[in-house]
Amino acid sequence: MITRSIVAPRALGRVPRLASTSQRNYATVTETPKRTHGGLKDQDRIFTNLYADHGADLKSAQKFGDWHRTKDILLKGHDWIISEIKTSGLRGRGGAGFPSGMKWSFMNFKDWDKDTKPRYLVVNADEGEPGTCKDREIMRKDPHKLVEGCLVAGRAMNCTAAYIYIRGEFYQEATVLERAIQEAYKAGLIGKNACGSGYDFDVYLHRGMGAYVCGEETSLIESLEGKPGKPRLKPPFPAAVGLFGCPTTVANVETVAVAPTICRRGSSWFNAFGRERNSGTKLFCISGHVNNPCTVEEEMSIPLRELIDKHCGGVIGGWDNLKAVIPGGSSTPILPAHLCGDQLMDFDALKDSQSGLGTAAVIVMDKSTDVVRAIARLAKFYHHESCGQCTPCREGSKWTDQIMQRFLVGQGRPREIDMLYEITKMVEGRSICALGEAFAWPLQGLIRHFRPELEQRMADYADKVGGQPLAGGWAADSAKKGLLVSPGQ
Amino acid sequence: MASMFNPLRLRPALRSVRAPSRAPVRFFVANGRRSSAAIQVHRDTPENNPSIPFKFTPQNEKLIQEIIARYPSQYKKAAVMPLLDLGQRQHGFASISVMNEVARILEMPPMRVYEVATFYTMYNRNPIGRFHIQCCTTTPCMLRDSDGIMRAIEDTLGVHHGETTADGLFTFTEVECLGACANAPMVQINDDYYEDLTYETTVELLKALRSAAESTAPTEGRKDHVTGNITSEGLKGVPQPGPLSGRHSCEPAAGLTSLKNVGAIDWKAGLRTDGALDQK
Repeated sequence: MITRSIVAPRALGRVPRLASTSQRNYATVTETPKRTHGGLKDQDRIFTNLYADHGADLKSAQKFGDWHRTKDILLKGHDWIISEIKTSGLRGRGGAGFPSGMKWSFMNFKDWDKDTKPRYLVVNADEGEPGTCKDREIMRKDPHKLVEGCLVAGRAMNCTAAYIYIRGEFYQEATVLERAIQEAYKAGLIGKNACGSGYDFDVYLHRGMGAYVCGEETSLIESLEGKPGKPRLKPPFPAAVGLFGCPTTVANVETVAVAPTICRRGSSWFNAFGRERNSGTKLFCISGHVNNPCTVEEEMSIPLRELIDKHCGGVIGGWDNLKAVIPGGSSTPILPAHLCGDQLMDFDALKDSQSGLGTAAVIVMDKSTDVVRAIARLAKFYHHESCGQCTPCREGSKWTDQIMQRFLVGQGRPREIDMLYEITKMVEGRSICALGEAFAWPLQGLIRHFRPELEQRMADYADKVGGQPLAGGWAADSAKKGLLVSPGQ
Repeated sequence: MASMFNPLRLRPALRSVRAPSRAPVRFFVANGRRSSAAIQVHRDTPENNPSIPFKFTPQNEKLIQEIIARYPSQYKKAAVMPLLDLGQRQHGFASISVMNEVARILEMPPMRVYEVATFYTMYNRNPIGRFHIQCCTTTPCMLRDSDGIMRAIEDTLGVHHGETTADGLFTFTEVECLGACANAPMVQINDDYYEDLTYETTVELLKALRSAAESTAPTEGRKDHVTGNITSEGLKGVPQPGPLSGRHSCEPAAGLTSLKNVGAIDWKAGLRTDGALDQK
């Protein structure tokens, strides 16, 4: 038996194991049954008003379970709420996927109660990532979940007030949310002695004015302070020095809005969904080439194919017509069709595929898509939205935009693809905020998976104009015309 | 590189033989940097210069007090963004006089206000039409044919993006993602979202807006400017904001796949039973 077990592995590696025919002995490895995720029941949905079945007012919200026993949750104290969020395994829904319980606990540092400064919760409702439209649905249909979430999350961090920073374009959503806040004030649910718990808490709304970069936490704080939204250097982290110089935590709308439900239904309920370390339910927004684009709440770790087939009526022209998917909003790298077949939608599985869950905004592209154009458009987006504070991002996003505009028609040479890749690698990690990475990753994804398409385009262009262009897009005969001025050319 | 391995191919030398005396021509370009829809500097014009007086209306003065009260008293300047927006809504666009007035109210240097007004794209620093058509063309909308929507707007209004029609009714802007991607393609007209558009519905929408605008005068005091909410203006014959395809909001168009019967959900059955919320 011992000798066999030493010899066996090499042989086993090559011979496929036939589970049904092989005899079972002590050395047989029985794998835990594979659980498939997805198929969330209506009973387990948090955002039951996602499709606006009832009004966004307080009465309707209470009829569907909002503000139920909020006082009891508040009275349990900050340690209990944070431990509940920690055990639920909730990870931030804004893109980075940082464990929320841990993030919230940073606010209750040593001797926090001796500090007389106010403390703030800032809710990031500046939803600007292309493909993402989940927070908008929460704010215009379930605003009371968010207001209650502010109170519960604020209690966990012992905050004195919450600022909800909503993007300026969402004017109607801001109106609905403002009405919900006023209703909650009138009913005594927030404000002085919130819900009768003896805890004072204010909620304010602040409208942004159209800057994608303000979705980044420190630039959001800058913007709230009435300055241009240019990110700050960290450290000091906002939990130490944030809004108006006070301890601050910035959290996404969805993260905050699910917190009361987790406390009411129990962390183990929430933790039961999804794979380990990727637990919970999640709002997925599917856009692009699917038959029925929609926003839907589903279990984490749902297979991508099931998500598209079940809720969106499949890819236009069938699954075989799929070309690529951007799985988590524009700043996550693109996935080609052959990787999408058995892709699970959660933080870790997508990271393994060299992409990311981001905001779970799935952008589907079928075979008719000009994938180079799709990514070139994103390069233009980031060029437009770079705040201009750090040189690598400001100049890099412009360069890459210009290069992509050339690549779009094939005006370049294959060597330049590597140069583009090098530029994106040089930007990564060299800017204050993550916008540097955000514009670099989609381009890296394009080069990683669709390089042949870029090269083909260049070859076609060279055939058309009679000669491969020089680096920089110069026509092949520009040297003869005396157009080249720098020695390297 | 080639010259390193093959010294006979001295490329610079050959090049000088090929093009012996022609000096390289360089065109010096000195136009302004246009990273956004509008230039970053202010130029005095008859309708936008510091000598034009601007005052908030008494009603807005009250609002301003409410807005300032939301922020800590020593950080009054945090109210600069809402105030500029208010001024823009009252005056029609964020003119230099609006900025100066906001600076005066908030006791901050005017330059700090200019910084804010030039950083954010939603402050229109030049006069715009009564209807501000903002068409999203970022990738999710592009995949659902926002090119067709751009074409529809150009065909109907006869202007390109960044321009205003001669009658001052429409300003057409191409914008980045507006966050309604499951309802792509879409345009924002003043404060309202029109979603799930096609070439035909866009043309119809614009025609309806034009005929409604011709029959109704702009609201008093806000002539030819952004008036905000279309529905509150009482424009007749203009479709309700939202998806124009018959969809309600963000649900799948071919029928619900979840939440089919929200009334039947028994939320009380899902509550925790371990009694952790009970007070001891």
